[in-house]
Amino acid sequence: MHDLKVSAPPAASTGRLRRFWFALAAIVPLLVLWYVLTAVTHTISLGRFPSPEDVFNAARQISRGKGYAGGTMTAQVWQSSKLVLMGFAVAVGTGAPLGLLMGWSRRAEALLNPAFLLVRPIPPLAWIPLAILWFGLGDGAKIFVIWFAAFVPALINSYTGVRNIDPTLVAAARVHGASRLQLVTQVLIPGSMPMIFTGLRLSMQASWTTLVAAELVGAIFGLGHVLIVASLDIYPGMILYAMVWVGIMGALMTKALALLERRAIPWRG
Amino acid sequence: MARLGARSSARSKGVPSGSELFALSTLGLLAFFAVWYGVASSGWVPSRFLPGPVVIADTIARLSDHPYAGYTIEAHTVASLQRFGLGFGLAVVLGVPLGLLMGWYRWVDDVVAPLFESVRFIAPIAWVPFAALWFGTGIGGPILIIFSGAFPPCVINAYRGARQVDTVFVEAAQTLGAGGLRIITEVLVPAALPSIVAGLRVSAGLGWQSLIGAELIVVSSGVGYLMVQGQTSLQTPIVMSAMVAIGVVGFVIDVALRALESAVQRSWGVEP
Repeated sequence: MHDLKVSAPPAASTGRLRRFWFALAAIVPLLVLWYVLTAVTHTISLGRFPSPEDVFNAARQISRGKGYAGGTMTAQVWQSSKLVLMGFAVAVGTGAPLGLLMGWSRRAEALLNPAFLLVRPIPPLAWIPLAILWFGLGDGAKIFVIWFAAFVPALINSYTGVRNIDPTLVAAARVHGASRLQLVTQVLIPGSMPMIFTGLRLSMQASWTTLVAAELVGAIFGLGHVLIVASLDIYPGMILYAMVWVGIMGALMTKALALLERRAIPWRG
Repeated sequence: MARLGARSSARSKGVPSGSELFALSTLGLLAFFAVWYGVASSGWVPSRFLPGPVVIADTIARLSDHPYAGYTIEAHTVASLQRFGLGFGLAVVLGVPLGLLMGWYRWVDDVVAPLFESVRFIAPIAWVPFAALWFGTGIGGPILIIFSGAFPPCVINAYRGARQVDTVFVEAAQTLGAGGLRIITEVLVPAALPSIVAGLRVSAGLGWQSLIGAELIVVSSGVGYLMVQGQTSLQTPIVMSAMVAIGVVGFVIDVALRALESAVQRSWGVEP
């Protein structure tokens, strides 16, 4: 949320420090309150929300031996991240080129847009039951649903990226005798890169949400599966611990993408 | 995908005529249904897995007078819409003022932002177990899920809107003796409205999608539930009919909010 660029370094560092203290002042009392309400006064019943100790015990249980719900947390998280990355890669590999094509050629847009517009209003999560019918409870169904979730933002943003390229750049490249291939690799793709990355970020978030949902609905392994098993066992400590991991992995993937973006678009600063 | 019309842009050479584009669009639409129909009736895939468009239309008609999973498809849709309305309304009523306050008072921003950041990356759907545990699976649980999907865009856009307000207006209001509350209601809210309304659209989309997710897992009525029932009894036509209903409702919600958005932009003189 904080995109405010502060130009003078001293101001930036005091701003960061101030933000850090405020963050501490907001989070620490909340943690203390959590401990007091659950473990000391028992105002919140442990059947509804875990105490810090419950979460710690849940964490210990799932990280040792056979773990919980079929495996240790490391294995469950690895399973989920693997599926997200695979689905994401397939979606970006198909969505971004198609978006570039539709942005470049009016004919391709006219031909493909109606089908796209028909399918787009159906939210990715609504594809889960159909995916289970088609592919069962294994990895195939998840990759299919993630593909669908991540495909739409990848396509739309690369389309917008091409449409926003300054036409004089294209004209200049043509005047200088650029071939079709050169035009694509040296003008269109770099020119739409910032928008493509916006699309990737949205795609990544959509992939992660969709995967967790798909695993909640039907899976035999993975983070969403841990959540649903913990929910059926009424095991609040494990629910909270799994949620923390959902958050951590979501944040990590977004940050990794931001890092990649800085590498891929160095001119954007 | 709004077409940019006459505005020149980076495009392939040779501008196709409008009628050619229309013909291509019609062709694309026909091809979509033709391929679907063709694959479904060719026998390559069992019709149990991929029913054709005609079967879906039939199923929708049948579901609207014969109840399935307890209700007709209309009743399921209405049940979903009620939950959506409550959850989305709650997100707007709490999220927009919070965003505005964060944009206006720096200390609110400093206190709330870290809390907000630390839960932001938890996918809304991951709240399902706690939602069921705390509020049950009737109406309270799903509302929490919709809320957790719809709340962040409301906050973020109201915040951005409030941050973008020209300080001249605020200073002018202060010089003329307006107090904090009046500045918020008479300067901040009107100035931030285009951004807020844009946020509502994103928020409604996420809320609707989260509701479907919640209904897939915990609820016992609604379109999502209809889908799950169809899935467990291997009734692909029912699953796909429910998908159509979900798509139509999502589309109508989006169109309504888009109309609101452009109305606001027009009367505020903001370039869309």
